[in-house]
Amino acid sequence: MGITQVLFWFLSIMALLSAILVVISKNPVHSVLWLIVVFVAISGHYILMNAQFLAIVNLIVYAGAIMVLFLFVFMLMNLNADMEPQKNKWLKIAGVVAGGSLLLVLVAALKSADMKTQIAEMSGGGIGLIKNLGITLFKDYVVPFEISSVLFLSAMVGVVVIGKKD
Amino acid sequence: MNNMVNLVWLVPLLPLAGFLINGLLRNSLSRTMSGLIGSGVLLAAFLLSLLIFGQVRQEGFQATIVTLFDFITVGKLSIPFSFQVDQLSVLFLLIITGVGFLIHLYSTAYMHDEEPPHFARYFSYLNLFVFSMLLLVLGGNFVILFIGWEGVGLCSYLLIGYWFKNLDYGNAAKKAFIMNRIGDLGFLIAIFWMIKQYGSVTFGDVFSHAGATPVAVLTGITLLLFVGAAGKSAQIPLYTWLPDAMAGPTPVSALIHAATMVTAGIYMIARSNMMYSLAPMTQTVVAVIGLATALFAATIALKQNDIKKVLAYSTVSQLGYMFLGLGVGAYTGAVFHVMTHAFFKALLFLGAGSVIHAMGGEQDMRKMGGLKKYMSVTHATFLIGCIAIAGIPPFSGFFSKDEILTGAFAKSPVYFIVGVFTALLTAYYMFRLYATTFMGKFRGTHEQEHHLHESPSAMTIPLILLAVLAATAGFLGIPAAFASNAHWLEHFLEPVFAGSAALKTHTEELSKTTEWGLMGVSVAIALAGTLAAVSKFSRRPELEDAQGFGKVLANKWYVDEFYNAIIVRPMNLLGKFFNSVIERWVIDWIVNGIGRLVQYGSRQLRLIQSGQVGGYVLLMVVGILVLFLVELFVKK
Amino acid sequence: MPINYYIFLSIALFCIGVAGVLTRRNAIIIFMCIELMLNACNLLLVAFSKMHQHALAAGSPNAGIDGQIFVFFIMVVAAAEVSVGLAIIVMMYRNTHSIDVNFLNRLKH
Repeated sequence: MGITQVLFWFLSIMALLSAILVVISKNPVHSVLWLIVVFVAISGHYILMNAQFLAIVNLIVYAGAIMVLFLFVFMLMNLNADMEPQKNKWLKIAGVVAGGSLLLVLVAALKSADMKTQIAEMSGGGIGLIKNLGITLFKDYVVPFEISSVLFLSAMVGVVVIGKKD
Repeated sequence: MNNMVNLVWLVPLLPLAGFLINGLLRNSLSRTMSGLIGSGVLLAAFLLSLLIFGQVRQEGFQATIVTLFDFITVGKLSIPFSFQVDQLSVLFLLIITGVGFLIHLYSTAYMHDEEPPHFARYFSYLNLFVFSMLLLVLGGNFVILFIGWEGVGLCSYLLIGYWFKNLDYGNAAKKAFIMNRIGDLGFLIAIFWMIKQYGSVTFGDVFSHAGATPVAVLTGITLLLFVGAAGKSAQIPLYTWLPDAMAGPTPVSALIHAATMVTAGIYMIARSNMMYSLAPMTQTVVAVIGLATALFAATIALKQNDIKKVLAYSTVSQLGYMFLGLGVGAYTGAVFHVMTHAFFKALLFLGAGSVIHAMGGEQDMRKMGGLKKYMSVTHATFLIGCIAIAGIPPFSGFFSKDEILTGAFAKSPVYFIVGVFTALLTAYYMFRLYATTFMGKFRGTHEQEHHLHESPSAMTIPLILLAVLAATAGFLGIPAAFASNAHWLEHFLEPVFAGSAALKTHTEELSKTTEWGLMGVSVAIALAGTLAAVSKFSRRPELEDAQGFGKVLANKWYVDEFYNAIIVRPMNLLGKFFNSVIERWVIDWIVNGIGRLVQYGSRQLRLIQSGQVGGYVLLMVVGILVLFLVELFVKK
Repeated sequence: MPINYYIFLSIALFCIGVAGVLTRRNAIIIFMCIELMLNACNLLLVAFSKMHQHALAAGSPNAGIDGQIFVFFIMVVAAAEVSVGLAIIVMMYRNTHSIDVNFLNRLKH
């Protein structure tokens, strides 16, 4: 197995384990931390696939900004494991079963897909490079790009309005 | 003239038109107009019938079928809406339209106290009745006959319950209709059997094949037809509705329950004489029941105090005579008696109506008396009617009753003896009625005495005409014992009864001396009864309530109470059972249960909208799952 | 790597996220599981974009770049959504002093 494959498997297992730990952890702060590990794993996958820009953006935006925001909110509320209310046991089992069934169904669906042997190009290929991405972004997708700035503006205004104390 | 027969459909159409006009426009017609329309159509129908009669009585007239349209055609069964014009139907046509017209004329005066809409309603019902009765006698097959049969039953109900605000009258009307229905069931089953046996119900087809049918089948069919006739013509055991039917207005009693509807059974059996002659067992049944009814009803009439009830039981008794005539094979005699009975019974009823009208509604004989001073025309015509019904020559009742009794003697002397005894009773109770009402001193109140007056001419003219007919109609049927070939009616009806006449064996022919002897006996007995009654009741009328055996008679042998206990009460109990148990517990349980189920289900469904976010998300995931499953594994 | 490896990985991450949403009662944890699901989708999109590039490399040099641009925009939207969502949760906490999702049924009354 080449180094790519080894890395791929390692990162996948890391992602999966951390995801499970996110869901299972009693302490919410631990959940946040494990989620950050998931994001790091996924960014690793991006790098493996030579999507450099996205890997960096993932780390900066998700793991950096969004998770920090989550941590802030947690700290503000001063939560710890004791105050976490527990769900009804049956509902938890139902939830797990539902998720598991979804997994099974989707996997079974894909068994009959006819493109599963196609290869995803790993390292190599220029589409992940910032230069190419930037050119396409500003040439073909400039309108959504500008509108997303409007989106951010409205999100900020919304947050301020919602968060006001009066 | 020769084409009048083809216009026979006009005869029932005229009363139908009268019914529609009077019925639909009853709120805008005045009493004069309604009376004019109601009676006018009857007069027109009578004149038409006369013209048709003129054509039919020509020598060699064949029974003609006039088909209007195809009524029912199912597979091989074809039932056309057709009329059969022959001697029998045209005779009945004359009786119905003639007597009917006279009664309509009478009613214009008798009912003039009614409000105009109700007055018009009365005449529309009467016209509808005449229409149905005409359909009955003109019908060319058993189904059209049955349509008329049902129609007259319906009109009887409508007219008995004419004063619908009185609940007792309504009950009497219901009783009449229900008992009729019981008979109709027998009739219907007979029709079904005929369809199965012959594949057709047209008279010609059925009678021509009657000779080839097995006797058991024929007996069954004729017995069932007789059940229908027993219901319609008030024979034992379905007769109790007729006395109660006196709740209707007196002209209705005259028309329906004396002259026409109750004779429908006789007509039907006379029409089917071929089948009956071939089923001797049914004939015996018919004769015995007829005779028993005649005797039974006569005994009850001996002790009744209401004028109309006496006449009602008298009708039942005379109908019994007619069935006796049919049962012994004296078909002409029975039809002759229908004709004479129509005249004198209608006369008697209308006379009674005149008396009741003068007495301001009083019907109890015991409160009358000595009326001959105040109402001379009514008195004279009523007397003629009484003499006719008692069977005293030369009035019509003698001729027709004698013909039946002669035929009865030919079958068995026992029939004759019982028949003559009943004739004695008939004379006795009729003259008891006459003496108590018209002779002696007036026993009513002073105001009633002041009110006594002779009826208006619209009422007395029909009385006079009917009296003339009752007196002279007998000469249409002079028996062979007096003068050979003078029996006009027998000669006229010969083609209708030809089949039965061929079957008659010669041993049933009586010698002339025997006939003279029988006539003498019956006349003597009738005279004896008359004189006994007149002498007893003119001096001391029967004012006290009956005692002992008389009480049984006065209470009609408790037959109504018997029926009540055996039939009516169990039916009511059954109905109550069905209501309280099955209706309440089973059906309501099921229906309400469905309602409760729906409510329960909706309550449970409401819990989905719990407001719990987690629940909603779970449902979303489950939904996606289901969609995936359907997409992947169900749709191929 | 054959593409189905990435597909299975994505599906697994996604379903773990679903299980997390259904199982937890803490609103913020639920939110985080939603982010997990979003990321699974992003991963899959990038994988598909590489697959397209591999398949169509000869034709155009930029085949498949749309997948990655899409992921970029998803991240944009996710960021906005997180900020608004957290603001709502803070409001909820201020009103009910709890972040139990089940207490949201008070909105019914």
